[in-house]
Formats: sequence, C-alpha cells, structure tokens
Amino acid sequence: MSEAIKKATRDGYGAALVELGREHEDIVVLDADLAASTKTGMFQKAFPDRHFDCGIAEENMIAAAAGMAAMGLVPFASSFAMFAAGRAYEQARNSVGYPQLNVKIGATHGGISVGEDGASHQCCEDFALMRSIPGMVVLCPADEVEARKAVKAAYAHKGPVYLRFGRLAVPVFHDEDYDFQIGKGEQLTDGCDVAVVATGLMVNEALMAAERLRAQGIGARVINICTIKPLDEEIILKAARECGKIITCEEHSVIGGLGEAVCSLLSEACPTPVRRIGVNDVFGYSGPAWDLLREFGLCADHIVQVAASF
Amino acid sequence: MTHQEQHQLTLAACKIRIGVLTSTHSAKSGHPGGSLSAADMFAYLYNRELRIDPARPDWKDRDRFVLSKGHAAPGLYAALAGRGFFPEADLTTLRHIGSYLQGHPNMNSVPGIDMSTGSLGQGVSAAAGMAKAAKLMGSGVRVYTMLGDGEIAEGEVWEAFLFASHYALDNLCVIIDINGLQIDGATKDVMNTEPVADKMRAFGFETVEIDGHDFAQMETAFARFNQTQGKPTAILMRTVKGKGVSFMENVADWHGKATNDAEYAVAMDELRAQLAELEAAQ
Repeated sequence: MSEAIKKATRDGYGAALVELGREHEDIVVLDADLAASTKTGMFQKAFPDRHFDCGIAEENMIAAAAGMAAMGLVPFASSFAMFAAGRAYEQARNSVGYPQLNVKIGATHGGISVGEDGASHQCCEDFALMRSIPGMVVLCPADEVEARKAVKAAYAHKGPVYLRFGRLAVPVFHDEDYDFQIGKGEQLTDGCDVAVVATGLMVNEALMAAERLRAQGIGARVINICTIKPLDEEIILKAARECGKIITCEEHSVIGGLGEAVCSLLSEACPTPVRRIGVNDVFGYSGPAWDLLREFGLCADHIVQVAASF
Repeated sequence: MTHQEQHQLTLAACKIRIGVLTSTHSAKSGHPGGSLSAADMFAYLYNRELRIDPARPDWKDRDRFVLSKGHAAPGLYAALAGRGFFPEADLTTLRHIGSYLQGHPNMNSVPGIDMSTGSLGQGVSAAAGMAKAAKLMGSGVRVYTMLGDGEIAEGEVWEAFLFASHYALDNLCVIIDINGLQIDGATKDVMNTEPVADKMRAFGFETVEIDGHDFAQMETAFARFNQTQGKPTAILMRTVKGKGVSFMENVADWHGKATNDAEYAVAMDELRAQLAELEAAQ
C-alpha cells in the first residue's frame, strides 16, 4: 500500500457538518465547551447562529437537543465519547432513544487512541452503551472519507444516531466515490482462510495485517463494519460460511462492542470460531496514541499473530 | 378573571382530580399526590393559558408543555381528556397493558403530549431546547414546563436553568410545584432545595411566587411571564400535596401509591360532593 495521507475522523465530522449546514437550514450543532476538539468549531465559524455552546453540561445538552428535534430541527450534539455516551447515557436513552427523536450524537475522542489524557478520557464502552438503546444507530467510521459520508447519511436517516470519531490522524484509504450506506459492511480484501471484521481505526490495521498474512500464504478477508448497529448480518454470515474463522477488531472493550455483536449473531445463526481483539476489560493509561495502541494489541502485528495461530 | 371563569376552572380542576383518582385506582399504582397538587395548574394551563387545539394535537404553532415531573401524568392525562384530546373513558386504561396511557408521558402514543418524560430532570432540558429552537425558527411558540421541588435536586435541572438564562429564553416558563414532600419524606429533610426563589433569581429568572391553588394569582403570574423580555420566567407555586382528598393532603406516603377500594370510595365521595356543589352553584 502506498503511503496514504493521514487525517482524523473528527476532521471529517467537522467538514461534513459545514457542508450539510450550507445545504440544510434545519441542522444545528450543540457543543459542551469542546468545539475546537470535536471540530464543530468549523460549523460554529461558518454558521454562528446555528451553533449553541451548552457549556460543560452534557446531560442538559443531549436532552436540549431532544427538545430541538421535537421542534423539527436536526441537532448534532457533540462532546467526547466519554461524556456524550457515558455521562449523558440516560438522556440519550430516555430523551432521545425512547421518544425516537431525530438527534445525532457526534462523539469524538473514542477509544484508547485519545492517548496522553489517560483512562478518564479513553472511552472504550460507548458501543456497548449505545447499542443497548432500542432504535439507536451506531456508526464508527474508519477514515476521514467514511466519516464525512457517515455524517451525511446520519443526517438523511430519520431517528437517533450515535457517531464515534477518533482523535488520532489515521491513513485515508477510501476514495471519494465510496458508496457508504448505513447498515452495509464493506469487504475490502478477498480471502477465504480467515475473516477480519474490523471497525474504526482498526480497519486500516486489518488491511496492513492482511497484506502480511498474504505473504505467509494466509488469505484474510477484511471487512469494514462502520455500522455497529444495525449490524450487516449478511456480510458476516457469508464470511463465516466461506472462511470458517473470524477475528473481530475494535478500539473498544471486548465486552458489548462489535466482537460481542458478531458472536451473538454467529452463535445463533452460524456457529463459527471467533477471536476478539479489543480492550480486554481493563482501563487504559496515558501515553502516545500509537504506542498505546500497540500496548493494547490494537495493531496489525497482533492481528497477524492471532490469525497465524488461529 | 370573572367569577364565572374562576368557577369554570375550579370545576375543571375537580374533574381532573376525579380523573387522577379513577385512573390510578384502576391502575392499582401511580402517583396521586403530585398529580393532585398540580391539578389546579393543569386546569389553568389547559383551559386558559396554552394556545392549543385539541383537534390538531400536532399543530406546529401550538404552545408546548413538558411535564418534567412526569410522574404527575395522571393529572396531565385528565386535563388533556377534559379538553377532548382523547376520550375521558380511556383514563381507566392507565398503566394497563396495551394502553396508550403509559405510566409516564409518551409523546408518541398520547395525543397532546409534547415530550416523553419520567426520568426526573430531563424534561426541563428538553423544554429549554424547544424554547431555543422556537427562537431560532422565529416562531412565537411559548414553552411551559413543570418540575417538582424534589426534582430540582437533580443537577441537570441547574444546567438547564443556566442554559435558559444564558440564551435569554423569555419564551420559556418554568413552573415549580413546591408541595414540600417527596417519596422519602419532607423535601427539607430529604434534601433541602430551599430557598428556591433566591436560587431562581440568582440564576437570572424573572421569579414569581404564588399559591398554586389560586387561579387569580396564576393569572397575574402568567401575565408577568408574557410581559417579561430577555430572561426566562419561574413561577414557584406553593401547593398541598394530595390537595382535594382529605386523607391524602400533606401525606408523603401518597406520592406513589393508589387507593385500595375502601380508600377509593371515601376519596370519590369527597370529590363527587365537591363536584355536585360546584355544578349546583353554576
């Protein structure tokens, strides 16, 4: 693979909001004193009248967004994943999910790759929390292109959507003509020896792993799952039947995320051996993001190891 | 307000109280205490203050009401039924399987409910969001919300008050039902939220204190709200929890339980007598 340009998915979030803002008057953006970090500052600059800082008060922000949606606006409420999904979980559950209001929760700084801020800010539980809310769509784009397309798809979707973006700049491997659809997985490489089902920044790691595995004579089928919920069951069942072995990769706890979603599906529909790569029920700690990802086994090397011994 | 208008409101409130008793008795659960303390305010809001049209519950330009103290749903449902949003006979389906009258308000199932609530502290945030949206949309919609004095121990409430004041939401009217009691006992003993008026003023609200069972004082308070510009209004109403049913008045235990058959008979005798007296006086 040639050296790709690197961008954070949160940059895609900010850019897409500005593009949407130009086309749609009903879009508003809420933030909780993190507009610079979540990249909603780009929207704030372009459309100051439609950006509302809520201060450091995420619970009120999410429920206020619900009220705005009840009035017909399409609010994107933003904070770090820890606070958007964590602190404001119950607002997302009771004021957004239960009434099925058209609120988009834009959560940046998901996962261990937050880096130096440490465990208090490294949210590895947001998929679990958001997946458990009936009707909540959960998206986790793999690169900046997919992030932009996911934001636009979230706007077009009527109903609650949780979007998880990363802080870290990661390689952009999608082309602009990539056809993103909510609920559709994407097969990135062919291979029938093992399927690597990944989400977020782990998709690129899976692609690098697949290249190395090919050199070892192992054909790895890489599947990008941006939509954690509703899961693309068809692409995963097909992979299970054709590859017979599945590795899931996510920058999230092995509890309640993509790995468990895949296991739930397979155990009922097509029992298949699975290895889950994720954060193994531990808290993170401070350090440079790429080093941390390696420490936690969230890297191509580890995927290669697991695949080769599977 | 004319004597006749006051009389009509008193009558409407009495019917709301009867609805609260019949619905919670039928459900064998629910929250009569805080529904009864707010019954007079429900009557005033739905018969005099809110711009609404029962024939068009989804009318875009209607005023919004968010019951942040969502457990007072029996009172709100009775007020809505009284205005013809749905048949009064349906009140006895409250909390039954298959009924659209859920234990706490559900905006997607009940005509006239503007926001799903029940988890305390969230409704006021939604109301503030609605008021901010109305301003952005250049709409004249006014937003009303009602909280309990126990509810305001929730931290989110104060986040919402900051937001309302910061964005100068003069189209938002926050009503706090200060009946002084919550599940575990007197609010002052469980977690004192007083002095509420000082807090609301400090948070930048136009603050009015009234007797929550006095319609003339409500009229004055809402006139203040409708005149006030540049800041939200708080109407703090002192009420009697369980108001209108002798054995429920000022008894915390009636926060969240329904009457048994014997208690129901006594309560209904009292309320029916009040109703007969009011109807005779017309």
